[in-house]
Amino acid sequence: MQWEIVIGLEIHAQLATRSKIFSGASTTYGAAPNSQASLVDLGYPGVLPVLNAEAITMAVRFGLATNCEIARRSVFARKNYFYPDLPKGYQISQYELPIVHGGSVEVVLEDGSTRTVNIVRAHLEEDAGKSLHEDFAGMSGIDLNRAGTGLLEIVSAPDLRSAAEAGAYMRKIHALVRYLGICDGNMQEGSFRCDANVSVRPRGEAKLGTRTELKNLNSFRFVEKAIEIEAARQIELIDGGGKVLQETRLYDPDRDETRPMRSKEEANDYRYFPDPDLLPVVVDERLIADVRASLPELPDAKRERFIRDYALPAYDAQVLTVERALADYFEAVAKRTKATPKIAANWVMGELTGALNREGLEIGATRVSAAALAALLDKITAGTISGKIAKEVFEALWTDGRRGEGLVDEIIEKRGLTQISDSSLIDKLVAEVIAANPAQVEQVRAGKQQVLGFLVGQVMKASRGKANPQQVNEALRKQLGLP
Amino acid sequence: MHTRTLAQLAGDLRARRFSATELTRHLLGRLERLGGELNAFITVTAEQALAQAAAADRRLAKDEATPLTGIPLAHKDIFCTAGVKTSCGSRMLDNFIAPYDATVVERLANAGAVMLGKTNMDEFAMGSSNETSFYGPVRNPWNHALVPGGSSGGSAAAVAARIAAAATATDTGGSIRQPAALSGITGLKPTYGRVSRYGMIAFASSLDQAGVLTQTAEDAALLLEVMAGFDARDSTSLDEPVPRYSQLIGEPWDNVTIGVPESFFDDGLEPDNAAAVRAALAELEKLGAKLKSIELKYIHLSVPAYYVVAPAEASSNLSRFDGVRFGHRAEPPVGDFQGSRAAGEDLTTFYMRNRGEGFGAEVKRRILTGTYVLSAGYFDAYYLQAQKARKLISDDFARAFRDVDFVAGPTTPSPAFKLGEKASDPIAMYLNDIYTIGANLAGLPAISIPCGFVRNLPVGLQLVAPPLAEGRLLKVAHHFQRATDWHARIPPSYA
Repeated sequence: MQWEIVIGLEIHAQLATRSKIFSGASTTYGAAPNSQASLVDLGYPGVLPVLNAEAITMAVRFGLATNCEIARRSVFARKNYFYPDLPKGYQISQYELPIVHGGSVEVVLEDGSTRTVNIVRAHLEEDAGKSLHEDFAGMSGIDLNRAGTGLLEIVSAPDLRSAAEAGAYMRKIHALVRYLGICDGNMQEGSFRCDANVSVRPRGEAKLGTRTELKNLNSFRFVEKAIEIEAARQIELIDGGGKVLQETRLYDPDRDETRPMRSKEEANDYRYFPDPDLLPVVVDERLIADVRASLPELPDAKRERFIRDYALPAYDAQVLTVERALADYFEAVAKRTKATPKIAANWVMGELTGALNREGLEIGATRVSAAALAALLDKITAGTISGKIAKEVFEALWTDGRRGEGLVDEIIEKRGLTQISDSSLIDKLVAEVIAANPAQVEQVRAGKQQVLGFLVGQVMKASRGKANPQQVNEALRKQLGLP
Repeated sequence: MHTRTLAQLAGDLRARRFSATELTRHLLGRLERLGGELNAFITVTAEQALAQAAAADRRLAKDEATPLTGIPLAHKDIFCTAGVKTSCGSRMLDNFIAPYDATVVERLANAGAVMLGKTNMDEFAMGSSNETSFYGPVRNPWNHALVPGGSSGGSAAAVAARIAAAATATDTGGSIRQPAALSGITGLKPTYGRVSRYGMIAFASSLDQAGVLTQTAEDAALLLEVMAGFDARDSTSLDEPVPRYSQLIGEPWDNVTIGVPESFFDDGLEPDNAAAVRAALAELEKLGAKLKSIELKYIHLSVPAYYVVAPAEASSNLSRFDGVRFGHRAEPPVGDFQGSRAAGEDLTTFYMRNRGEGFGAEVKRRILTGTYVLSAGYFDAYYLQAQKARKLISDDFARAFRDVDFVAGPTTPSPAFKLGEKASDPIAMYLNDIYTIGANLAGLPAISIPCGFVRNLPVGLQLVAPPLAEGRLLKVAHHFQRATDWHARIPPSYA
């Protein structure tokens, strides 16, 4: 039987507000346990939540960027359950009336086709703390630094049909929230994570199969792996005459399997009701207009513009626009340099990204400024250095780290890397190589074109890489009497 | 000294008839002598009170005093007080020292008021007789065999027995007005949101409101003008200017129409109590008010609606008392090692023992009720229905206020009842709040003032006003108190 996999994602994006969503405590990651928990975060008797207005603006930004409806009035509710890292015994979340609902994003798949993924809703809520089960010999430690941190939970429709699609959608949302400046997207620190609802059904069947929920997937790779494994498990189960149980499961990356966490029967009755400590959130037209006016150019628009204005291939435009800072860097290089935008794109996607990845740096921490890279590319265009030498200069720039554009000239000069374009000098080198390689010369004359490359290489070697390869080629042909 | 009203004491202190320290010492002496038999206080803060009194005296000497400077008050033990035990009448918080001051406590302290101590109350304000307190019942100063009312029973007894010049209190379904009526004093519950709830341990957040228990409406005005006003730490507090109530109440009597719901005088009300309230209404008529018969069509739904909404919110509000971060943590079972889970105790058992031991029977009853009405499958039938009833009751009052300035009637169905009389019958106990609950459901300001005696026990007249009309409410009460002396009667053994 042909099976279809059906996936919906619930993405939790931690809001990049300086303070928590209902208290003034800092949201900085990595502080000593419980040092960033105020009395409100600790759920002390008598304290009350006060909504951080910045969180509303951020939710509206997301809603507008995804063509969602913005609720003019939304309501915070209490989700009641007991757990030691949930200080109040309830989580403040939005339930019946979320602030954002009914929009969509376009996802470009690997084969170049696009898929529309509907966003059912996005609502504001507070995060819980962390339970630490190791290091406390038979006891559990509770760290409430994260308790009360604002989250935007983005719920997709079950529109995704493969692990790869789910991964592409998650990357899309990841890029978007970072563009919008509403989430730092740091997945290692848990700032961006998701739950996946997975079911399978015979292809052509309209009714959805029983779904399981995979909790707390915190990398793109884990999302894809977990979905693949889970879908395979469900298919095997049904093929063997079994039935999928509606339950929550955990993905174990070490053993590459999913296993049950709790079943529907054990599920909590959360007893949602409107939180009487908070007023309904009212968003007026003015706020919406202000937020709309402040929206940056979004990835889709930027990609189209790069294709149009810089004549970049779709792939390059896609890669360069995933991150706003990278796109800005590329544009700064492309605008300054006399080299073509495609060459600029090659260098940004190649040397620069390679160097960043090698050292695990963000684009903001680049050791070669856009101005310096533009100056370097100008040297290639002007024929001052070859592309190969330019790579050496790039490495020198990176190691130096002073970022100044004047540095390019300094390095080329100091290391004597200026390209040799003096034709008499090149003629001399060519003559020496011809004299030293009679056998190869014979082969070239006999029509073995590829051996010409060997001779060019010999000349380049003799010039320590500095000879202009184009001129070397021409001089060789001329001296060998080739057309 | 102790029989003087707060307003009179403010004058006495400014006139240097005695110092704040002398006054505080005098009341602390009464507290020590009489507090025990009444069981009105959970915590006495004598040292702190004398330090505050000394500071008040310095302020008085420099003529930097407010009318509240040097006035000894008692705070209901539901308000958090920095460095002082804040128990909320519960074993759960018997070990809880609040790390901060409630807004109410802070504002009164800034005005120079002196805190004598923290008063006894029904556990988590759940009760109408002060019998659910972990610290034992409070006795009514008029007769020690009777209850003082609840949940603010300790505050009411302290003021009625002239131990404190006034006391703070809270009212979720009548917890200020009912004990005021049963103890023969004045009790004001302001508009919902008029006074910040920050630092006031929540019972039912959409109904809770802080107010005062005093000898007179004038005293209530002096306190309210300090306590009221917007607080950025409470999103539900109202951002509205605070009038000078104490000046406003002296202004001339204007054209006032008082609506009287005839249903308040049916079989549920004791006949002598009805007669006292009728007489008080006649007195108001004599003073110039017009009386008008009105109908509140849905008011009979208030008790059932209240006993769904309040427990629902309470069940959630009280979830934080789990013994993890503060409050009662049960001793580990015998043979257990440091209460560790490794020794076989799972998380649920841990919660059950902490909460099972920490909460009393009435609190558990309300948590269970609240959990039930919010559960899947029951939410629509109970919680949503109750919210609809609440809306109907609010609309009822709004409609009435198109024709009348106040709605008046009895505060309680009878004078104070015997200790233990209703303790085993929750429904009978709940019906004691039948006249007061409506104002909470509709978020309206209301006052109870002494209006006569039945079997030598005080009874109260309740007046309810439109939102933010505390000024007019206090004015009517003040004019009534200038013409009568019910409020000035003191329980014989405390005169």
